[in-house]
Amino acid sequence: MEIIKADHLSKLFGPVKAVDDVSISVKEGEIFGFLGPNGAGKTTTIRMLTGVLTPDSGSAQICGIDIHTNPLEAKMNMGVIPENGTVYSDLTAEQNILWTAKFYGMDSISRKERADELLRHLGLTERRNDIVRTFSKGMRQRVSIACAIIHSPPVLFLDEPTGGLDVYSRRLVIDTVRIMNGKGSTVLITTHNIEEANELCTTISIINKGSIIATGSPEKLKKTFDTAKYVEIAFEQPVKKELFVHEGISRVETHGDKMRLYTDDPDKAVKYLAALAEQQQVKILSIATSNPTLEEAFVQLTAGA
Amino acid sequence: MMDLKIFARSILMVTEKNMRIYYYKGSVVIFGLLFPFIMFLTFFIGRNLDLVLFFPGFLGMMLFFSSSSTGPLITPWEKREKTYERLLSLPVTLESIILGDIMAGALFGVVITTIVWIASSAILHLPLKNAGLLAVTVLLGAFTFAAMGTLLSSPAMSNPSNVMMLSSLVRLPLIFVSGIFIPLSQLGSWEWILTSLSPLTYLVDLFHGALNGDAVYPPWFDGVILVIVILLFIACAKLIQQRNLVKGN
Repeated sequence: MEIIKADHLSKLFGPVKAVDDVSISVKEGEIFGFLGPNGAGKTTTIRMLTGVLTPDSGSAQICGIDIHTNPLEAKMNMGVIPENGTVYSDLTAEQNILWTAKFYGMDSISRKERADELLRHLGLTERRNDIVRTFSKGMRQRVSIACAIIHSPPVLFLDEPTGGLDVYSRRLVIDTVRIMNGKGSTVLITTHNIEEANELCTTISIINKGSIIATGSPEKLKKTFDTAKYVEIAFEQPVKKELFVHEGISRVETHGDKMRLYTDDPDKAVKYLAALAEQQQVKILSIATSNPTLEEAFVQLTAGA
Repeated sequence: MMDLKIFARSILMVTEKNMRIYYYKGSVVIFGLLFPFIMFLTFFIGRNLDLVLFFPGFLGMMLFFSSSSTGPLITPWEKREKTYERLLSLPVTLESIILGDIMAGALFGVVITTIVWIASSAILHLPLKNAGLLAVTVLLGAFTFAAMGTLLSSPAMSNPSNVMMLSSLVRLPLIFVSGIFIPLSQLGSWEWILTSLSPLTYLVDLFHGALNGDAVYPPWFDGVILVIVILLFIACAKLIQQRNLVKGN
């Protein structure tokens, strides 16, 4: 069953087409990643999906309810963690959570119990009565998460939820997303962090310049770029790039003290490099072959962004 | 079909949030409480004014300033703090946000004005001709000027001080053309036309009717004008804020 559905969403900001004919379909129980470079249109899309922004054209449905014609009913089914995890800084952590819970019609006992559970899980129990203004960014983000999941929503939207967070807070965010997904929530997460998308998502859409350019599982997207296998090699002394001109090597990149050579046939390239090292009388410090990564797929798809 | 229960709840929740956060902000205290008192003292002290004649105007000014003081602050403050986006993602509509902002402003005005009226009546033994009309007047006035405050905050501004400046620019001249300092019955013809354009005129006139029984217009006429003004302010605020949502402001 499709839980989140966007049909031909478009949004113009003046002359700039921020989102251009974006359609997505997220099935129940999925963790759907929206991956793209900064300014690609991820946040604009999530804003239209959550009813924060009105699209110029197209429609969006949450649990089969149109977010723009029936916003109240649609929003009852979702929790949102906006970019930067904003919460009311003049209220305490607990006030923010309890106030949010009231919107969903939760009775006072279940509000209190659920708030206690979330404050404990997110490591905020001791600071529950402190004004959020005094919190670090990571702690504010945790309050924001608690507000978004207080009503155990069937759909959870997260906009760049781990941006600028410390390791502990980042881990908590990721774990909480997994727990919520395990309990049945469908998750849509926007990120430009490829590792995060690879680690969490079951399906990924890559967006660039307002348009979706690829959709699939992380493994499927990697496989699309099968030609992007490479050999990474480090020599004891610097070696000129020109020496790597070889029929099987399509591209050479420098990565720190290593050279990355893209090839269709890593075995053949390794043999060539060993021969080259012997011929140039340079010592090889390390050599490794690698399959294409999601980062590789992302870079190739969004090249020139 | 909109779920009215969720809609009503969202208005109450927006109101609760506004009461918790904005009633204690400096600009609300200054413009909503101190300013009308200072204006009153400025015009009253040292002059041989009839307090009974002057009091309905003062009460109108008190309600006007207190009701319209929170509205201009809320939306720009939330846009600056980026909590407006969080609010929009909760089960609310633009209408429930606007009505919640108006409710918070109106409640502030009602409470402050009621306290001032009770205290003043107890100390100064001021007359009261029609208690029911007074209650209706306070409610109508509070909603009119809370709606005005919300309308003033609707243009796409994320700097609260800019909005407070705009609201002062609109509010200050109104108190001089609304029969507060010069009773309507003593105005010349061109001044009469000017005062007819200010909604505050009709509120002050209603207070005159309720407290002293000396209103110029019939109460139903003042009431209808204020209701029309409330609806007009809400419609304009919705139109502007809807346009902001489309533009992404």
